[in-house]
Amino acid sequence: MGAGIALVAARAGFETICHDVAREGLDRSYDQAATFFAKSVERGRMTEQEREEALDRLIPATGLGSLADADLVIEAVYEDLDVKRKLLRELNVICGERTIFASNTSTLSITEIASGCGREDRVVGMHFCLPAQLMKLIEMSRGINTSQEAFDAAWAWTLSAGQHPVETQDKPGFILNALLVPFNNDVIRAIEAGVASPADIDKAIKTGLGYKMGPCELLDLIGLDTQVRLCEAFYPVTLDPRASAPPLLRRMVAAGHLGRKSGRGFYDYTQAEG
Amino acid sequence: MRDYEIVQSGSSRSFPSGDEFLARSVAGAEVLVRLGGSGGEDAKRAAVLIELDTECLGVHTGEFSGNEGSNVLGFARYRNGLDAPTNLIELVRQPKSSQEAVEAARLMFESAGFAVVVCADQPGRIIDRLVRPKYNAALRFLDEGLATAEAMDMTCRMGLGYPDGLIERVTRGDLARHYDVSSAIHEMTGQPAYMPARRAVVAKKRQSL
Repeated sequence: MGAGIALVAARAGFETICHDVAREGLDRSYDQAATFFAKSVERGRMTEQEREEALDRLIPATGLGSLADADLVIEAVYEDLDVKRKLLRELNVICGERTIFASNTSTLSITEIASGCGREDRVVGMHFCLPAQLMKLIEMSRGINTSQEAFDAAWAWTLSAGQHPVETQDKPGFILNALLVPFNNDVIRAIEAGVASPADIDKAIKTGLGYKMGPCELLDLIGLDTQVRLCEAFYPVTLDPRASAPPLLRRMVAAGHLGRKSGRGFYDYTQAEG
Repeated sequence: MRDYEIVQSGSSRSFPSGDEFLARSVAGAEVLVRLGGSGGEDAKRAAVLIELDTECLGVHTGEFSGNEGSNVLGFARYRNGLDAPTNLIELVRQPKSSQEAVEAARLMFESAGFAVVVCADQPGRIIDRLVRPKYNAALRFLDEGLATAEAMDMTCRMGLGYPDGLIERVTRGDLARHYDVSSAIHEMTGQPAYMPARRAVVAKKRQSL
């Protein structure tokens, strides 16, 4: 996810320091960026000169010290509260006092992530949608201690990066996942209850509601194990029964039916890809 | 096209007045379509199709401890409240429904140009079962100040790829209609997710003022 966000920033003209603890990860991200920008040139979305300049703005770094002069640091580390809080505490020591910290969390509280970092007033939520380089939407949220000035500055940054921000409260899942995760669970429960087959549910949703992708296709794409993790993040906080992982979902994950990545989920991909 | 005969005894949500499907009725056809009313088996037909609203097919056929089913099937053409009907037919079967009847009904609707899905005789069929909790959640989020209606709708369109936002859609379809559908499913399932959101309750009450 971090690599996609870096593409958005570099494409918009911002000098972008890409931090990863592993050099291999940085190299891989750079290669992906080069491929993406090359395709953008092929499709007429940027010129050759713009491609070169955007790539030049991507600066790899394996040490947090390189972020000292950044105006904005967007973290996209593992979705774990302790990991994120530790990172922000470290960054607080390294970065200038005006630096804004943004979290790309999709499930955790911005207030809790900011808590104890030393600059709670300059932490904002900035949730990009996957894939970040293609999706324009960013869910923006403020923690209880976030200052209006910091939030406005982060909002302005998203606009200057060509993105489309929407403001949400600091609540689990913000808007997108708060609607999507329980809906996907409802779909799984309907299948488990024998209401209809995955194929008929997808067909009904696409034909009747005009969605681009059926929910079972989407679940297979994001991974059923990911859906379990999302449920485990939401349910303890919300106690919403619709957010709890359905038994069928857990059984499918236990059976190794994780979706596209394992070749089988609600659909079988082994034949099509063979 | 496969022939069908229509018997209509009231207004139809699936095929409103003027719908071209109504004009193609053929007396004595192997598939009988009952619009706006009830009716029993007809052994001479390959299938008897009863149009459903929010009720289950069992209301028309009776239920027999899980052994219900014959050549009588249910169906509804999905439409979002007051919007025009879509191209989707939800075909409803019971545990012991005749497979031949299901296939005859499917072929008839497909030959008339509809997309057909088959579902069990459960509250809300497929779409209403899945979208009504989502509408209720979105309406509740709006009341709780999670985001504005515009922000939620934009998130649905830009983040989830929906053709329209949830608030926009349920409002356009009529919040009072959402109340009716959601209440009916709530009555049958008892699940809190189907309890109509406050804004739907308000719309329903205002309808009777």
